Amino acid sequence: MGSIPFLPPSASSVSGEVDAFYFFMVAVTAFFSLLVFGLVVFMAVKYRRKSDQDRPKAILGSVPLEIIWTAIPFLIGMVMFGWSAKIFFTIVTPPEDAIEMYATGKQWMWKIQHRNGKREINELHIPVGQAIKLKMTSEDVIHSFFVPAFRTKMDVLPGRYTTTWFRPTKVGKYHLFCTEYCGTKHSGMIGWVYVMQPEDYQKWLQGDSGEGTLAQRGEKLFNELGCANCHRTDGKGRGPSLVGVAGEMVELERGGKVLADEEYLRESILNPQAKLVAGYQGIMPVFQGLVSEDQLLQLIEYLKSIGKTQKAPAAKPATPASRTAAAAAIAQGKGL
Amino acid sequence: MSTVSSTIPEAKPNYLTSDFSIKSWLLTTDHKRIGILYLISISLMFLLGGILAGLIRLELLTPNGDVFQPENYNKIFTMHGVVMIFFFLIPSIPATLGNFLIPLMIGARDLAFPRINLLSWYIYLVGGILTLSAMALGGVDTGWTFYTPYSSTYSNTYVMLTALGVFVSGFSSILTGLNFIVTIHRMRAPGLTWFRLPLFVWAHYATSLIMILATPVVAVTILLVALERGLRIGFFDPALGGDPVLFQHLFWFYSHPAVYIMILPGMGVQSELIAAMSRKKIFGYEVVAISSVAIAVIGFLVWGHHMFVASQSWYAGLVFSFLSFLVAVPSAIKVFNWTATLFRGSNAFLTPMLYAYGFIGLFTVGGLTGLFLSSMGLDVHMHDTYFVVAHFHYVMVGGAIMAFLGGLHFWWPKMTGRMYYEPLARLSAVLVFIGFNLTFFPQFILGYLGMPRRYHAYPEEFQVLNVLSTAGATVLAIGYLFPATYLIYSLFKGEKAPANPWNAKGLEWEQAPSPPPTFNFDHTPEVHEPAYAYAPEKEKEVVHA
Repeated sequence: MGSIPFLPPSASSVSGEVDAFYFFMVAVTAFFSLLVFGLVVFMAVKYRRKSDQDRPKAILGSVPLEIIWTAIPFLIGMVMFGWSAKIFFTIVTPPEDAIEMYATGKQWMWKIQHRNGKREINELHIPVGQAIKLKMTSEDVIHSFFVPAFRTKMDVLPGRYTTTWFRPTKVGKYHLFCTEYCGTKHSGMIGWVYVMQPEDYQKWLQGDSGEGTLAQRGEKLFNELGCANCHRTDGKGRGPSLVGVAGEMVELERGGKVLADEEYLRESILNPQAKLVAGYQGIMPVFQGLVSEDQLLQLIEYLKSIGKTQKAPAAKPATPASRTAAAAAIAQGKGL
Repeated sequence: MSTVSSTIPEAKPNYLTSDFSIKSWLLTTDHKRIGILYLISISLMFLLGGILAGLIRLELLTPNGDVFQPENYNKIFTMHGVVMIFFFLIPSIPATLGNFLIPLMIGARDLAFPRINLLSWYIYLVGGILTLSAMALGGVDTGWTFYTPYSSTYSNTYVMLTALGVFVSGFSSILTGLNFIVTIHRMRAPGLTWFRLPLFVWAHYATSLIMILATPVVAVTILLVALERGLRIGFFDPALGGDPVLFQHLFWFYSHPAVYIMILPGMGVQSELIAAMSRKKIFGYEVVAISSVAIAVIGFLVWGHHMFVASQSWYAGLVFSFLSFLVAVPSAIKVFNWTATLFRGSNAFLTPMLYAYGFIGLFTVGGLTGLFLSSMGLDVHMHDTYFVVAHFHYVMVGGAIMAFLGGLHFWWPKMTGRMYYEPLARLSAVLVFIGFNLTFFPQFILGYLGMPRRYHAYPEEFQVLNVLSTAGATVLAIGYLFPATYLIYSLFKGEKAPANPWNAKGLEWEQAPSPPPTFNFDHTPEVHEPAYAYAPEKEKEVVHA
């Protein structure tokens, strides 16, 4: 208990502007609420019924007034619409320099994987000042990744990847909440985000990650699961070589092309027949239910590490609505 | 009491005294009796939903989640939502006041399809029993939104039985809507043109359109969840090849318009209260009438504002955000017109007017805070926090329930032939207003601080505001218990009501005794004047600002 707080900590590059917009909204709300409250109270008293015989004159209406109080709410609404849409696109468009991390939601915990192989549960350590892009998926139901101090939130869905990003601006420890109701211990699916000085973060990252980077673990899995037997790097296997595939357009057996982004790679592991590469037969076994979401991310990370090395200029995040936007930074190879 | 009421001959048997047998109630086709049957049913549902709300507030008094087990807490808030939305708010005003008043207001002997009207009550009853039996057997924990794949695959509770109850009760809405539309089109008294209709009737017409167009969609959605849960046919669960977001589109395609099913009738009540209690025609009558229809139409196109962070296309989000700002305009128009009606009125400090004042204030706050959530960049932060909870309670409790209580007091003399005890009624109206604000205002702040909704336990820094909220809930509960007591008391000991205790305009007041006889009017009334013709025609003035 103690004094009542009114604002959550403000600790990301967008939180200041979200707060500014919020103050604007509060001001508009306060103005109109007080105006209406004031008018109602004033007229309730001033024009109160003095006698049961009162028969006030009718005032039927006024076209100018109707136009005024149609136009004003509409125009104010459009200011809110424009400003908030601008903020929204900032919040959902990761900057070029963002480094990637992975989050998996699961009843009822958050699992985080850093690219160097470091893993953590219900905690996320990140360096201050650095844009972080989280690629997220769920192993079961829908969750939602919410850090109030960053003013950002994104639903985490089973069966696909969603992305959120933030650039922390203040060192500290902040709440991480799940905000999509996910069952019994929904309110226990919480954790902490630790924003650290870059040097401290590097130190933390180097400590205790014995099993190798994510890509190395993916490579190990790639061999263990027998992928390498067919997907030979010399291109002579029963499956296509996967060198240089991630982030590239691939031709499909049924015609057309598709961008080999995370979404496509994931689908092709779990359900290989869905979008078969041109010139190959659908002989690969279905891996649905055999690999966990965490392992999938490792495999994809490995494929990205042997994927396209040059960033395609066409795949800029200029098409934010499509999931392909995420592919933009895939081949950047921003190792840590 | 007044010149108007004394001209009406005291009718012999009224709809209540015509037959006292239980059978005559259970097989009645009288819209007024069916309205009363609904009133009793929804009041019991409100009591149940209110008790569940009390349990929620009890748990949230402390941060640790120490009153209930988490699974029980989840069942409590789910049942609170299901009961309040599907079995109280949706039928509340239309099925009780609407049922009772629409034929009286338009000068008809009954609704167009009296037997279908009775059928709709029985369907509601079956739906209610199914849902309540799910609760008795062990409850359901999906939240009233039934999001997949949690509801279709993961929850081990009585999802199907609850959903079946909601599915069934939907048909009662559809039948009520259908009945109202046909009645309003075909059975208006001679001279009662569309723009002479009371605004209550306009609001119910708009509501009925939503009921018959949107409700089938939720029925289909529930059916799809049932097929997935029962037969493992993949619609929504990605593990079965489905799309979880598809469910949200279908669900909100119904459930956002359903918000307007809940609030539009309240706006209709509000217009009647303001007009009668200020003795003035509603300012901008035509605009207020048309704005109800505008809300109903635009309300169908805003569902995606529930899904800005649900991985919906960002450009779709833009369109939904824009349309959400648009749908706010007709609501704002109504608020300004009601307020303008008070200007130079004869505004009585009577209980129905106190509720009407409360409605204007709370609905204004509820509406404006809706704009926070239509704002995409801000909704990212606020989505699924207590801000959303506070916002929709301002609209649903501060709006719909205030209007329901105001209307219930206003038409109580007409419905029962008895007056309630005014001083106590005024006191409880004030208690409801204070209790309501104390309960829900702190939740706006909690929401911006980041407290997620549907949390059984929460971090300690949120406690002070939660304690305030729980304290407010106790005041609110007392505010609700008063009317429950004095209204029932008035049935036995209340002063006998004249035909028109408020000297109000409208066929139900001027042409029918209190309570009305079974077929409402001895002769079909003829209408020669516009609605709310409080001032003599020649005195009317039009202000050009």
